[in-house]
Amino acid sequence: MADATTHQEFDPLATGGMRRRLVSKAIVYGALGLFALVYLTPLLIISLNTLRPLEDIVRTGFIALPEAETMTLRYWGEAWGSFCIGGTCEGVSRFYKNSLMMTIPATVLSTLFGLLNGYVLSKWRFRYDGLVFGLITLGVFMPQQMTLLPWAFVLGKLGLSNTIGGLVFVHTVQGISFTTLFCRNYFVSIPDDLIKAARIDGAGFWRIFRRIILPLSPPIVIVTVIWQFTGIWNEFLFGTVFTSGANQPITSAIVAFSGSGTGERHYNVEAAAVIMAAIPPLLIYVVGGKYFVRGLTQGAVK
Amino acid sequence: MQSPPDVRHPPKATRRWADMVPQLVLAPTLIAALVWVIGFSLWTLWISVSQSTLLPDMAYQGFEHYAKLWGSKRWTVAYQNLFIFGSLYVVGTLIVGTLLAVLIDQRVRFEGIWRTIYLYPLAISFIVTGTVWRWIFHPNTGVELALKDMGWVAARFDWITDRDLALYVVVITGIWHASGFAMALILAGLRSVDGDLVKAAQIDGASMPRIYRRVVLPTIWPIFVAVAVVLLQFAIKTYDLVVALTQGGPGVSTTVPAIVVYDLMFQRGQIAQGAAAAVMILVALALVLIPYAVWTGWQKRKEGTRHG
Repeated sequence: MADATTHQEFDPLATGGMRRRLVSKAIVYGALGLFALVYLTPLLIISLNTLRPLEDIVRTGFIALPEAETMTLRYWGEAWGSFCIGGTCEGVSRFYKNSLMMTIPATVLSTLFGLLNGYVLSKWRFRYDGLVFGLITLGVFMPQQMTLLPWAFVLGKLGLSNTIGGLVFVHTVQGISFTTLFCRNYFVSIPDDLIKAARIDGAGFWRIFRRIILPLSPPIVIVTVIWQFTGIWNEFLFGTVFTSGANQPITSAIVAFSGSGTGERHYNVEAAAVIMAAIPPLLIYVVGGKYFVRGLTQGAVK
Repeated sequence: MQSPPDVRHPPKATRRWADMVPQLVLAPTLIAALVWVIGFSLWTLWISVSQSTLLPDMAYQGFEHYAKLWGSKRWTVAYQNLFIFGSLYVVGTLIVGTLLAVLIDQRVRFEGIWRTIYLYPLAISFIVTGTVWRWIFHPNTGVELALKDMGWVAARFDWITDRDLALYVVVITGIWHASGFAMALILAGLRSVDGDLVKAAQIDGASMPRIYRRVVLPTIWPIFVAVAVVLLQFAIKTYDLVVALTQGGPGVSTTVPAIVVYDLMFQRGQIAQGAAAAVMILVALALVLIPYAVWTGWQKRKEGTRHG
């Protein structure tokens, strides 16, 4: 045992006798494994069911392993391209595209605004800047329900009802509260002397932003982009209220086909569609895990 | 507020404009925030006391919509559900999250992998989570059918279609979704605890579970409060999860306030009453957040005076 020789540092599992140590190790890893099973199983089962023929699922339900000879990727193709959702038989590809066209611009725009706002609020103090910051971050706590009717009215007046553009607009405005909060709190830790020195050298607002702030920003940009992307991709209420039919994002499409209790169910195809909807945020989570957690901690506790 | 630090002075006209740049950059956001945070809130508040029904009608009517709302069974059930769901969800998530954090804190190997596994549900949407668990909980597709298929013909597991038990399905799914989040924050807290404190307790002969219960966990209680406040916010805003999992049913047994708001506004054409329900959600949030904000402010000030 490698760790038995080096315990200058405190190691809770390395206390007591050999036997007690083994027992507590077994308990800890056993519990960790059990929890891991509980967390992984649901998604795993549903993923496996995308490969099973429908009659199998109808007979034994979702909780069963696929049989090797009947396994097929066909249902993924169907889910993507030909599955009927709400009258149109184009699969989820169309809603997927909607979600991407909503999420990417809204993420980019809200991040850009967040960077600029955060820069102003942390480095260019002015009268009542605290009040302004407070007002902007109040948006973080606003329940969506309070904004539904006004948004519907505003989108109607702007001619953006039932458009992806309208959703981009709403998500950008709402997202700025978060991005400003993140960026401002991050930029505060950049020493003011750095800015002061640059100003003495004659650098203006934009030059300081480009030369000092932006080069220091990648970590917070990653946090913000991950937060915004997953948040907007996963959002459901606005998509359902402000768009309909073929213009809805993927989350609304899922509820549209899986919520309707009528007609024949295509569990395998539905499962594939559900997994597809989970893939982009999962991918981002796995790739940017560290930053995801950081965003969470900052977004949550502030 | 401080004035900007002294700079070399460029010519006057350009300087005035240059001085305005920060405010100009902030202006669109400030206007947007004024409109949608303050303006929209007042707007919805006004609709809730107006004569609106299917369409907005801004003539004043009074607080009848609130009275009607609280008189409707659907709403009182939803509010009651929020209390049951909210408290079980917060407590359950905290317990599971603490357990996971303490387990990971035992200097386990592959810590990164364990953390990644426990936290991933938070990355996927409530819609996906709800749909997946509906299939697992539903007697026609999930556990019950699997048990029957294995030969236990009398197996029953139909909480999700049982009026008295469906809400607990929402609680379980909610805990599954959020416990990784609690774990991440609590683990960060555990890591900040002074190791000497633990060593001292150990020298006194205390066992590990006892040390956690008596020494470590009590020192990080502000983190528990913070996590609980965030979770309460989630609970009050809960909507998508219930829609995907049970659609508020069977009957109204899992209906929550946010679902009532949607129904009133967009299904039943009673937007004034829907607005009143939305205001009640805002009130619930304020009841959680304002005391917390005051408390943290007070805490900070206390710390400030202590440090001189």
